[in-house]
Amino acid sequence: MAVHKSERLLNLLIMLLVQRHYVSKDRIRAILYPDSSTEAFEKMFERDKEELRSLGVPIEVGNMDAYFDDEPGYRIRPDEFALPDVSLTADEAAVIGLATRVWEHARLAEATTEAVRKLTALGLPLDVGALDIAQPRLSADEPSFDVFWEATQERTPVEFDYRRAGATTSTTRHLEPWGVVRYSGRWYVVGRDTDRDEERVFRLSRVQGEARRTGAPGSFDIPPGTDVRATTMRLAPQPTLTRAVLLVRAGSGLALRRDAESTEPGVTGPDDRTGWDRVTISRSGPGVADEVLGYGPDVYVEEPASLRDEVVRRLRAVVAEAS
Amino acid sequence: MSAPAPSGAKDQVARLLTLVPFLHSHGEVRLDEAAGALGIAPEQVLGDLKVLLMCGLPGGYPDDLIDVDLDALEGPEADGVIRVSNADYLSRPLRLTPTEATAIIVALRALRSTASEETREIVDRALAKLEAAAAEGSAAQQIDPGEDHPDRLDLARLEGDLRDAVARRRQVRLSYFVPSRDEQSERVVDPRGLVSAHGFTYLDAWCHSAEAPRLFRLDRIDEATVLDTPVTTEPEPPRDLSDGLFRRADDTTPVTLRVDREARWIVEYYPVEDVRTRRGGALDVDLLVADERWLQRLLLRLAPHAHVLSPPELDQAFTRRARDTLSLYE
Repeated sequence: MAVHKSERLLNLLIMLLVQRHYVSKDRIRAILYPDSSTEAFEKMFERDKEELRSLGVPIEVGNMDAYFDDEPGYRIRPDEFALPDVSLTADEAAVIGLATRVWEHARLAEATTEAVRKLTALGLPLDVGALDIAQPRLSADEPSFDVFWEATQERTPVEFDYRRAGATTSTTRHLEPWGVVRYSGRWYVVGRDTDRDEERVFRLSRVQGEARRTGAPGSFDIPPGTDVRATTMRLAPQPTLTRAVLLVRAGSGLALRRDAESTEPGVTGPDDRTGWDRVTISRSGPGVADEVLGYGPDVYVEEPASLRDEVVRRLRAVVAEAS
Repeated sequence: MSAPAPSGAKDQVARLLTLVPFLHSHGEVRLDEAAGALGIAPEQVLGDLKVLLMCGLPGGYPDDLIDVDLDALEGPEADGVIRVSNADYLSRPLRLTPTEATAIIVALRALRSTASEETREIVDRALAKLEAAAAEGSAAQQIDPGEDHPDRLDLARLEGDLRDAVARRRQVRLSYFVPSRDEQSERVVDPRGLVSAHGFTYLDAWCHSAEAPRLFRLDRIDEATVLDTPVTTEPEPPRDLSDGLFRRADDTTPVTLRVDREARWIVEYYPVEDVRTRRGGALDVDLLVADERWLQRLLLRLAPHAHVLSPPELDQAFTRRARDTLSLYE
């Protein structure tokens, strides 16, 4: 019964919290589990402790007596149990209230709300005022996000199947995760690849299926001084900036013109059906040719030669296939 | 007794470990106020309080138990005020768990990256205090939400403005870019709500230029001005986009594409009707096309990894367009 069990859990917590010394297992059994057989008691007590610990209640195990170390005792130290005092000004409290709306990830949104509830219980007035803040949203849709997040906190090694950019098959990788980092809108995990014994960065959206824990919590240490963000920036594929000089038919190519570096109107173009403008753009990533091709006969590539060649090659392939 | 928590004993204990300190720090609080402040249903709070009655110090004497004045909460004498006594040892909330600490700290860091100079200073103070309180166990240093790109901030502001317009039922003037037509347009809309699909957020609105409901992708809205004029169409809840972005409409053309392995991503990106695997990793993809210009643009972007199987005239149009483009270079 839920209510009965709630009482037992709470009474166990109070009992261990108010005693200054370790409480013996016998005494716990006599008071809280009086009608249970030894076997049933052991099982229930084990589970109750686990449930309290999973709430974050620090139950300590110690020896009752230095001479008889086979008799364990239990206690909860009030200073480790309780949230230390946090005194917040009204404006600080207001930004903390806003934090509850940032996560678009069920578990982390709930964890943030629970944290705010605890702060509210300290007596802090956490109402969300009319703060003028653009509300960012943190989403984490990658199915493996939770496992990497937890493994990072617990320092548990993980194993996962990973498909590199452009690859068609995946390989199994082993990682000691040091951190999870968001970089230009995507989540990455950074850590030591134990097969290669090197720092590596993996994009979570390229992890196939679920990641699996392969060791015990606390199995490794993060090298002192590790800056997970700096490591990610160093190892993640750098966006390469391509500058392209294009001739764009007058009145078209709006998206190109919108963030152009420069536009030179009324230049000589590849045909004289319309007027042409010279538009210089810069783009990161490999998609420039795709973008330019999308405009069809409204855009002509002047430079760089490599982009021009790619566009011509791809167009020729289409025409050759059709004839 | 009122119904016990459906979520079980552990969650009930967790709630009590917050409720008791809350009452302790706030003095006399009404049941509904406490429920509101903690975001818990009032009946749940009452059920939780009843558990407290059976809890206390391990002495076994009546005085050892926690006391809750139930008469003040139920029955004819009730004034609705919660009075709990004899529970001083539970006067402080439990520490933040590592997950809670990390979640809130990372959320605040994300807020920080979008805040103005002054607000940023407030967020920094709040962060410093929380980080000190969370001290150990938090993995916040290992989780980095990153700096948001300025474009994303503009989007967050735009989203706020549009939500406000929906709530206040005000018209919005949009400057909107339609890539498939390579066209910039001005229009006045009656906003209905914001919806997400395929990783983008859309404004669902009645468009007065099209005289029809339309979806506007937020990152293609150049400018949005919330007007003082109220909406003139009946408000409707925004569409549910979970099963495909666009409903089957009469003015769409069924098209079958053959796409090579390199272009397979389109089936995850665009709503498709059916997909059949072909030799060598190629796919035959059925989709409904509302705008032929959109399709031609897509085919050229994918060139030479996609072509039209049917209807054939669309494939001919595609080849013609490729040839026209190529002729600029030859």
